[in-house]
Amino acid sequence: MRVRLQRKPAQTEDTISSVLRIGVSTSLVLITAGTALSFLRPGGYGWDRADTGRLSGPGGTFPRSLSWLAHGVIHLDGQAVIVLGLILLIATPVIRVAVSTAAFHRERDRAFVAITLTVLALLALSLVLGKAG
Amino acid sequence: MTPLTFTLIVWGISYAAGLLGSLVGVGGGIIVVPALTLLLGVSIQKAIAASIISVIATSSGAASSYVSERITNMRLGMVLEVATVAGALTGAYLATVVSGRWLFVTFALVLGYTVWSMLRPRGSRIEAVPDPLADRLRLHGSYVDRSLGQRVDYRVSRTKLGLAVSYVAGVASGLLGIGGGVLKVPVMNLAMGLPIKACTATSNFMIGVTAATSAAVYFMRGEVLPFIAAPVAVGVLLGARSGARLMGGLKSRYIRMIFVAVLAVSAAQMLLKGLR
Repeated sequence: MRVRLQRKPAQTEDTISSVLRIGVSTSLVLITAGTALSFLRPGGYGWDRADTGRLSGPGGTFPRSLSWLAHGVIHLDGQAVIVLGLILLIATPVIRVAVSTAAFHRERDRAFVAITLTVLALLALSLVLGKAG
Repeated sequence: MTPLTFTLIVWGISYAAGLLGSLVGVGGGIIVVPALTLLLGVSIQKAIAASIISVIATSSGAASSYVSERITNMRLGMVLEVATVAGALTGAYLATVVSGRWLFVTFALVLGYTVWSMLRPRGSRIEAVPDPLADRLRLHGSYVDRSLGQRVDYRVSRTKLGLAVSYVAGVASGLLGIGGGVLKVPVMNLAMGLPIKACTATSNFMIGVTAATSAAVYFMRGEVLPFIAAPVAVGVLLGARSGARLMGGLKSRYIRMIFVAVLAVSAAQMLLKGLR
């Protein structure tokens, strides 16, 4: 008797688990690489006691423009590479919610599409609120 | 202290925080914030901003394992995270307006109460009631407990209470840079009827997106310093992975004991900070 082999469709749990794992691992690599660059390249952290105060002190409000980030990453500025990793880390749970929305949409689970879309809307609001504050 | 020494010390503290945090379903922020401010003299705003980043790391790292092992109740998590995310927005906004002093004291009391409720003898779980909302949204769950070697089925109760507590946990997360698991886990365990492992896993699952919300606010304000946030995030991530590896094989009793100890220490620290 011939049995037709059916490939098991990828389950939502596995997709979500992968999104979280890959997002976190990639940001880990970026942040570690950025830290190494900050120590090794001139104009980075420095090796003096005074540098610690400068880097962690209250005056250290961080530059946040996209052009600074793009310029810094291209020129292998350590802190810019770290910031890229931090952005990816913040984005990882957001991507996870978006993946869930798509999965619920496929299952025609309207209540949960609405629930996950609400979460995404609140996340979008947080970016606006941060900019305004 | 040179930048290298600072980085290594912060890394070590964060590793320990991540390990314990992932075992009990707290984000590690409860240990990281006092350590950065009390031991290293970092300003509270910068410490909270770095901590909330690490909270994303801890919870997402561990949540990946729990989800893959099917311990997480994802449907319940997605319902409750509407409340935690709304709370995180409130908390991150409040952080710019309100002095946190009275909140430290309130929190110490809440944590103290939670320690007491966890130390009570078994059978202290509040009796389950019918919950039409949980039925309609199909929130009841099951998982396979590796240490017991059997499937555990459970019914979810008091979803509305869970939503209310999740909102408060979200406010705490946005305001203090913690995950808020300390508030959610006892309620999910004692009032909503989830086994402790499902609580830990589901709490972790929600904390990632909760912390991402407040982290986005802090990030846009420019308070996330790479110099501090980088070793905190990496240390906590690696600690969380070690913890996630231990989790499936540990018995619930040990996890509870560690959890209670973490709560007691946090309560004392927060009370001191508030009264000083």
